[in-house]
Amino acid sequence: MEFFKIKKDIPFMKNALVFNAISFVTFALAVFFLFSKGLHLSVEFTGGTLMEVSYTQSADLNKVRGTVATLGFSEVQVQNFGTARDVMIRLPAQKGVSSAQQSDKVMAALKADAPDVTLRRTEFVGPQVGDELAVDGLKALAFVVVGIVLYLAIRFEWKFAVSAIIANLHDVVIILGFFAFFQWEFSLAVLAAVLAVLGYSVNESVVIFDRIRENFRRYRKMNTVEVIDNAITSTISRTIITHGCTQIMVLSMLLFGGETLHYFAMALTIGICFGIYSSVFVAAAIAMWLGVTREDLIKPVKKDEGDPGDENRGAVV
Amino acid sequence: MNRYPVWKYAIIVIALLLGVIYTLPNFFGEAPAVQVSSGKATVKVDTSTLQRVEDALKSAGVTAQVVSLEGASIRARFESTDTQLKAKDAIQKALVADPADPQYVVALNLVSRSPVWLNNLHAAPMYLGLDLRGGVHFMLQVDMKAALTQRVEALAGDLRSVLREKDIRHGGIVRNGQGLEIRLRDAQQLALTKSVLSNQFPELLVTDAASGADIQLSASMKPEAARKVQEQALKQNITTLHNRINELGVAEPVIQQQGLDRIVVQLPGVQDTAKAKDILGRTATLEVRMVDESTEARAAEREGGLVPFGADRYLERNGQPLIVKKQVVLTGDNLTDAQPGFDSQTQEPVVNLTLDAKGARIFKDVTRDNVGKRMAIVLFEKGKGEVVTAPVIRSEIGGGRVQISGRMTTVEANDTALLLRAGSLAAPMEIIEERTIGPSLGAENIAKGFNSVSWGFLVIVAFMCVYYMMFGAFSGIALGVNLLFLVAILSMLQATLTLPGMAAMALALGMAIDSNVLINERVREELRNGASPQAAIHAGYDRAWATILDSNITTLIAGVALLAFGSGPVRGFAVVHCIGILTSMFSAVFFSRGLVNLWYGSKKKLKGVSIGTVWRAEGSSAVKAD
Repeated sequence: MEFFKIKKDIPFMKNALVFNAISFVTFALAVFFLFSKGLHLSVEFTGGTLMEVSYTQSADLNKVRGTVATLGFSEVQVQNFGTARDVMIRLPAQKGVSSAQQSDKVMAALKADAPDVTLRRTEFVGPQVGDELAVDGLKALAFVVVGIVLYLAIRFEWKFAVSAIIANLHDVVIILGFFAFFQWEFSLAVLAAVLAVLGYSVNESVVIFDRIRENFRRYRKMNTVEVIDNAITSTISRTIITHGCTQIMVLSMLLFGGETLHYFAMALTIGICFGIYSSVFVAAAIAMWLGVTREDLIKPVKKDEGDPGDENRGAVV
Repeated sequence: MNRYPVWKYAIIVIALLLGVIYTLPNFFGEAPAVQVSSGKATVKVDTSTLQRVEDALKSAGVTAQVVSLEGASIRARFESTDTQLKAKDAIQKALVADPADPQYVVALNLVSRSPVWLNNLHAAPMYLGLDLRGGVHFMLQVDMKAALTQRVEALAGDLRSVLREKDIRHGGIVRNGQGLEIRLRDAQQLALTKSVLSNQFPELLVTDAASGADIQLSASMKPEAARKVQEQALKQNITTLHNRINELGVAEPVIQQQGLDRIVVQLPGVQDTAKAKDILGRTATLEVRMVDESTEARAAEREGGLVPFGADRYLERNGQPLIVKKQVVLTGDNLTDAQPGFDSQTQEPVVNLTLDAKGARIFKDVTRDNVGKRMAIVLFEKGKGEVVTAPVIRSEIGGGRVQISGRMTTVEANDTALLLRAGSLAAPMEIIEERTIGPSLGAENIAKGFNSVSWGFLVIVAFMCVYYMMFGAFSGIALGVNLLFLVAILSMLQATLTLPGMAAMALALGMAIDSNVLINERVREELRNGASPQAAIHAGYDRAWATILDSNITTLIAGVALLAFGSGPVRGFAVVHCIGILTSMFSAVFFSRGLVNLWYGSKKKLKGVSIGTVWRAEGSSAVKAD
């Protein structure tokens, strides 16, 4: 089987401006939503109490909401969690009241209404922990960015490093934009997914850069644009298949992983889709505009590294 | 060119063997068990305890599958939960004489059903996190500022009494935040005070702080001394928590320091958060009272008669009753420290108590009025009192430094000091994070994680087989081996597996296939360009390797960042993520090459390889020549 029967190199770079414009608009929208709507942060970041309760029959959310409201909590969120029988209640942190007291009080009230309710899970996070997590998250992001830029700069060239990180940070912002737009819950697991995506989509750029470097060595007569086009074209089949496979796994998590893994898988899905886009259309183009040349990549000018196994060599160069 | 030397195959075989052995315990499931561990710092679990457990089981007519001593606990495995419960009762009766004061913790537990030879190899199933097995998780923050304040307060009291002893007059010692301010009258006193401070208070850093006409010294804790106080406070809090949790009868409690000032407590299987919290937050109280020396009391002590009005009967640690007055002289709040030591003159083991200023004052008055009488130090835990020690007052004791001596061995002195300290937490704590996960939710989470991994895995392998034929099958096998190694390493490290960890496992597999896709695409490309099959395989693997290395390292950078800065669920994710990347490099490149070499390598006149369609555009050089 072969999905990709491409006869000629696809002129990606000719349309680079269009692709980057699309990319920029998406990015701008994401930033806009991030600022206008903000992220819907989970209890882990904001502090507060989370309760998951389960009824034997479909739960009446309005009734639950009413019951909890009579206890005098402000800003209570009540929503279904996975199934109609499971309900998630989120209480804000209160000064002077421990989470045990909060959850006990809520449970007692719910039990009085419907004796069949059972407590499945509680989670309480103090406000100081939340701030720390946010700071640690940013530190981790900074570490990843610096680490990857350094590695790529050493392994390839600073122009590649910069363009890869720009392309992939733009993915991260777009994921965050989606979470802001749909007001999906942004939890620690999602943060982990975002950082994993960052590492993963840099992969993609690395594969293409690797090919660009190789092409510079092999095809001495091609100019930069042609080299890049050829590199992207010859790796596109691998790009799609790899991402497809990873997406199969993520889809499996989306289907079977339940509510807890839902947003984690969601973040990965968006990350994978935009990861392809940015690596293929954005990263290489930025490198091109930064002025990548053959000399940048092949510093000690070695003699043409021919492959003895490749009979076509002579014909091509 | 596509042959591995024997040693490479040997590595593969050994790695596979290890992988299988360490993965195996995960398949045996769990059996009900009873676990016996020490309930007190002074009680040790050893082979003699093992003998007692075995005897108890024998006399109760309960047969255990395996009884073994593992580390500091004994585990007895049973066929069913019925026998498990019966056995627990029997062991409890045999080992724990007084249920209110348990020497051993006898708890129900689940242990792996894996055979003994696997246990001997230290192969154990993966350690499941709380979100997979149910239980309670707390994170407690120790108030270090309070610990320091307490210590500075104590030092202030000490300094006052030392200065008084040496007849050095000062104009007041005041605690100011974490420091002390000492006002003095003249330069001579200043010099004397300075020498006292430098000789007897090495913990303090002294600076001149004259303000106007006043002669003033300010002293603060040296950083290393402060650090030591904090370390000790944390250690003591952990010890105290250990003692308290022992009462809950939890089989495998986790009590760990996290960072500089935090303690994580995890109680698998415990559902009653309220009780757990109650026990964690409880303070044992210490009271100093006078011994009732009236004749009625003496008689009541000897013959066990009626206890006189206004007195209580408590047992000493050797079991002897002692009649103690109800009136409380001092409480544990006034006791700042208790340390074992030796008397400077007699070299006898002693326990040194340090009281705070208020306690010292009261203590001085009481001892002055009661020379020759006995006082009792009573420890109340769970509302039950026990006399820790009841020394005779020899003279008036001022200055808040109390020495308890007399016919003690070093061990006894240690125990007494521990008991006197055990009651109290060195510094107050606050719960800053709490999680409860029901047992059914844990089981569901396992199922969800397992389903995600297995369905994703199956679909990927199926796709690879269809798209790349034989090479796809090799990739599929390599992916399976990757999973095997991942599980084996997680089992070996006993790293905690959580639901995010399982997600990371799924993701690791999804990403690992990338390497094989890269290789397979490269081999196809070589074939497309007209290379011979053997050369194509060789070049495909060789050329793909650099790319695979680069891309895995960038992914690993992200993994390491998560590991370094993540906490809780993120850490669980990061551990599996990082291990997954490392195992994938081995399985996808080294192992799959081994398979390919084994299959194709020996065929000299290989006509073609089964790698799916190798599509060529019309005119074979069309792809490249432009």
